[in-house]
Amino acid sequence: MRLVVVTAGLTVPSSTRLLADRLTSAVTAQVAADVTVVELRDLAVDIAHHLVAGFPSPALRSALDAVGAADGVIAATPIFTASYSGLFKSFFDLFEELPGKPVLIAATGGTPRHSLALEHALRPMFTYLHAIVAPTSVYAASADWADGELAHRIARAAGELAELMGRHPAVPASEEMVIPFEQQLAALREKP
Amino acid sequence: MQFGIFSVGDVTTDPTTGVTPSEHERIKAMVTIALKAEEVGLDVFATGEHHNPPFVPSSPTTMLGYVAARTERLILSTATTLITTNDPVKIAEDFAMLQHLADGRVDLMMGRGNTGPVYPWFGKDIRQGIPLAIENYALLHELWRNDVVDWEGRFRTPLQSFTSTPRPLDGVPPFVWHGSIRSPEIAEQAAYYGDGFFANHIFWPKEHFMRLIGLYRERFAHYGHGTPEQAYVGLGGQVFIRPNSQDAVNEFRPYFDNAPVYGHGPSLEEFTEQTPLTVGSPQQVIDKTLSFREHFGDYQRQLFLMDHAGLPLKTVLEQLDHLGEIVPVLRKEFAARRAPGVSDAPTHESLKRSEAGVTT
Repeated sequence: MRLVVVTAGLTVPSSTRLLADRLTSAVTAQVAADVTVVELRDLAVDIAHHLVAGFPSPALRSALDAVGAADGVIAATPIFTASYSGLFKSFFDLFEELPGKPVLIAATGGTPRHSLALEHALRPMFTYLHAIVAPTSVYAASADWADGELAHRIARAAGELAELMGRHPAVPASEEMVIPFEQQLAALREKP
Repeated sequence: MQFGIFSVGDVTTDPTTGVTPSEHERIKAMVTIALKAEEVGLDVFATGEHHNPPFVPSSPTTMLGYVAARTERLILSTATTLITTNDPVKIAEDFAMLQHLADGRVDLMMGRGNTGPVYPWFGKDIRQGIPLAIENYALLHELWRNDVVDWEGRFRTPLQSFTSTPRPLDGVPPFVWHGSIRSPEIAEQAAYYGDGFFANHIFWPKEHFMRLIGLYRERFAHYGHGTPEQAYVGLGGQVFIRPNSQDAVNEFRPYFDNAPVYGHGPSLEEFTEQTPLTVGSPQQVIDKTLSFREHFGDYQRQLFLMDHAGLPLKTVLEQLDHLGEIVPVLRKEFAARRAPGVSDAPTHESLKRSEAGVTT
């Protein structure tokens, strides 16, 4: 199994990365998985260049490919201005879709009041990408780090992701499908 | 193998001087550049088609007709003829007329256009881009081959007993290239008709285009037009040349950094590493251009983008002088590497011969 961890924390070390690491340990305790961590901070300039130039740098390409080929993804972002960080969104803007991809969503913030950003921002974004989002999302505010409830929630979410990864392993990308030309022409000749 | 230039026809401020040419100056510059292309020994001049600022070439056959009158050998082509928003009947007429005026020195490249707002200006919808390209081209293909056409489709009023005039010169329709940067449907369309496929790969890494061209070659053979190696492939290219490579880099950098398409993004060095762009000495341009065939196979047409990003006319003409010195070397080196049995780019004369049943 391949587990890819995308984390959008900006500081080093970051609490978002810390949360992602705890989730990763909890998942790999249940499924044997090769783990790849994608630190978006390191790719921030490459992501901006992709938006401008329309193609990824080699480093960004391998991050995109890793997510595309993953059997499961942990996606963690700080909550900024009531939503995911712009960097996090810009990275996932580079995918047309993530069909059937199991994703665990997680976020950090300075106050517990922003916890529903996971449900209002991240979950619909991944649903739009046709990913399968684990029912439990994990939010960690400053106060939660001292609280046993966070560990409980991490375990529950990790269990869900592990279970989804078992049921929906990644399928290798298929070759480009060509619709034979006669079929394309015939479709036009049918009356709309 | 054919070598030439293609122009987008953008009006862009020269970032080093702040000077912006007028539309009139830009149009005249495009003509000067086309004439220069013939003078330095290139084979093809191709103009884009655009219907929005900051681009000037909205009427390609008008421009190409003028260039035809002032040239002897140059093949006049388009870097896109919008098969989606133009009436295929008018394309059939305009290019047949141009073909007569230019004594056959005409081909054209079909493209869809990727600017959403342009479509409704012509009563169309970009979401129908692929179906429009397929239906309109099917009609265009028929109009050039059948003297009398009865036709009914989804996007245009029906035709009853219609004859597109003038008929193509010598009964030979202009050769058509289909340009696409993204769509396998268009590679399939080009393959189906045995037409050419042009991949303007200048702004992106090669891998994507290797897949598209591979698909086109495979389907060209599937439809019985020849072997995959005999399919007609054209490629874009983008170069800035000075005898000393550091001079080329220094001079081109401000244009690169501010270019509308890729400016303010990856550095010149990253861009030249990952895309076909070459900024450097004649030898560097030769080496990079020769490497294209290793990725895409032997191909028939190489067009370079030379006049864009606000480069002044004087510089562009100097660039064409450099290109004119490089192209004979490229011709020789490509010919030496070419596999036996690979087709030449079709011309009016070669198509006339095959029409007459003479094998070449």
